[in-house]
Amino acid sequence: VNGAVDEQRREARRRRIAGRVAVYALALLAAVAAAGPFVWAAITAFKENRDLYRRDNNPFLFNLNPTQEHVSYLFDSTEFPTFVWNTLWVGLLVVAITLGLGLPAAYSLARLDRPWSGPMAIAIFFVYLVPPTLLFLSLSRVVAATGLQDSTWSLVLVYPTITIPVSVWLLMGFLRAVPKDIEEQAMVDGYSRLGAFVRTVLPLVFPGIVAVVVFAFTLTASEFIYALAFISPTPEKPISTGVPTALVRGDVFFWQSLQAATVLVAVPVALVFNLFLERFIAGFTMGAVKG
Amino acid sequence: MTVRDRSYEVVAPPARPPRSGWTDREGFLAWAFLLPSVVYILALVGVPFFLAIAFSFSDVTTGDPSFDWAGVRNFARAFDDPVFWQSLRNTIVFTVVSMVLIVLFGKILANILLADFRGKWLVRFLVLLPWTTPVALSTIAWLWLLDSVFSPIDWVLRNVGVIDGNVYWLGRPNLAIASIIAVHVWRLVPLAAVIMLAGLIAIPKDVEEAAAVDGAGFWRRMFEITIPLTLPIIAVAALFGAILTFTDMAVVYVLTRGGPTNSTQVLASWAFFRGIEGGDIGQGAAIALFLFPLLLAAAIAILQAVRRLEVT
Repeated sequence: VNGAVDEQRREARRRRIAGRVAVYALALLAAVAAAGPFVWAAITAFKENRDLYRRDNNPFLFNLNPTQEHVSYLFDSTEFPTFVWNTLWVGLLVVAITLGLGLPAAYSLARLDRPWSGPMAIAIFFVYLVPPTLLFLSLSRVVAATGLQDSTWSLVLVYPTITIPVSVWLLMGFLRAVPKDIEEQAMVDGYSRLGAFVRTVLPLVFPGIVAVVVFAFTLTASEFIYALAFISPTPEKPISTGVPTALVRGDVFFWQSLQAATVLVAVPVALVFNLFLERFIAGFTMGAVKG
Repeated sequence: MTVRDRSYEVVAPPARPPRSGWTDREGFLAWAFLLPSVVYILALVGVPFFLAIAFSFSDVTTGDPSFDWAGVRNFARAFDDPVFWQSLRNTIVFTVVSMVLIVLFGKILANILLADFRGKWLVRFLVLLPWTTPVALSTIAWLWLLDSVFSPIDWVLRNVGVIDGNVYWLGRPNLAIASIIAVHVWRLVPLAAVIMLAGLIAIPKDVEEAAAVDGAGFWRRMFEITIPLTLPIIAVAALFGAILTFTDMAVVYVLTRGGPTNSTQVLASWAFFRGIEGGDIGQGAAIALFLFPLLLAAAIAILQAVRRLEVT
């Protein structure tokens, strides 16, 4: 009998070790597949032209000494800092508008049950399905009518149409997860319906708000078509269209500077996202499982 | 309706002080809270949407922006153009293939991220990079990876001895299609993984543990418990993957500009080339309009699948 138990134990241990090895191997593989292009971009950013443009040079090593002239070029001779600044302030304003409009809307749909709440929630979600590629031609006319064309402000005006629907959807999930008793108790304690929302519900959905801030900012920073269609003066552009315009001149690509810009933008955004990943995940669970 | 609907007041304990005023009227609050978002979206999505439909029946061009009724001429011209059908086919192929691969790799990645291991924070950070980087920039990084002469992928293949010269990833129709799908999958797998990770975390621990105690192995638990329980959220991940592939034109625009000879053109990029670069806004709008019914059908199908799963 003892022998059989030992045998079983050994078998279980073997399985556990095999499982651990598989986890580490797969994690490594995933990391290399996902980040490989960025690691390699970081190497390229510091290469000399004579090193980069030789077909038989090892692309993963410095065959000549690394140089930082192309990174300096990015900062000194292009408007890269302006693009970063534009993306930042547009992103922050869009996030503020998104929360200002989206939070009350999500609360209305999730909590203040009206007969139209359900259909309205679905309608708002479907707005997210109307792609920018369909709207940019006619939106450029609307933007022109407001006098904002060729100004970064046009993006502040237009981007909330992308971020509000998703954010309302995410926030509804968070709001539904807050027990109704909490508001009811607050109202028994003398708060108005509005007061109960502001004082008791808002603090509880703080994780959801963080998730929305991160998600909305990422969407804004990645957007390409509207920025391409609405804005032509270089100093008004955000990163996503500014970097290619400044560093691709006709058929000439400033490859090292392009790669430097990619890495410099990618790393901080991913770091912030990683910090808030848990909250973001919590938001999706509630939004998707119950919505 | 606002007064009648104060149902909460009826069940309120009598000890509560009587109240009135707009801060308590649910019917009013429900509207007041929702209205700003609805107005914003109507003005900047609704109006342009109908304007886009109007453009598609007009002869508006960049050179002559005056609106003249053109009937269905834009659509007729689109249907006569083989590039339109090529774009439609590519759009569907890219979306379906990417969606399947995104769900598959996303599921694997989600399970990796669920496991405990050393250096998880770093792996999570590295894995998120493709999704959080602005798509125009990450696609430019890929443009160099797939360069016709200096491609590092070619260099590796040459040194392993698989090829002699260069592959010309973006120069041959089939390879270009594969490259575009690869970039879509690469950039969207992290998002799908994060969504599915959310579903995995939501599974009550005791269900898994009970199954493990009963002797169910990893694969059996996976296919008989985890996947059925998280199917709705897998569908959501699939939906996001499909929408983001379907509507994207940045990847095609940066990698191939639709080439070689329109073999990788999608509806979004074809609409852009006709509408903006070709200046024929009416024609561009007619092409872009085809995105909507397809997207709507896909979304309804997936949402209904989710609902059916939730009921059972």
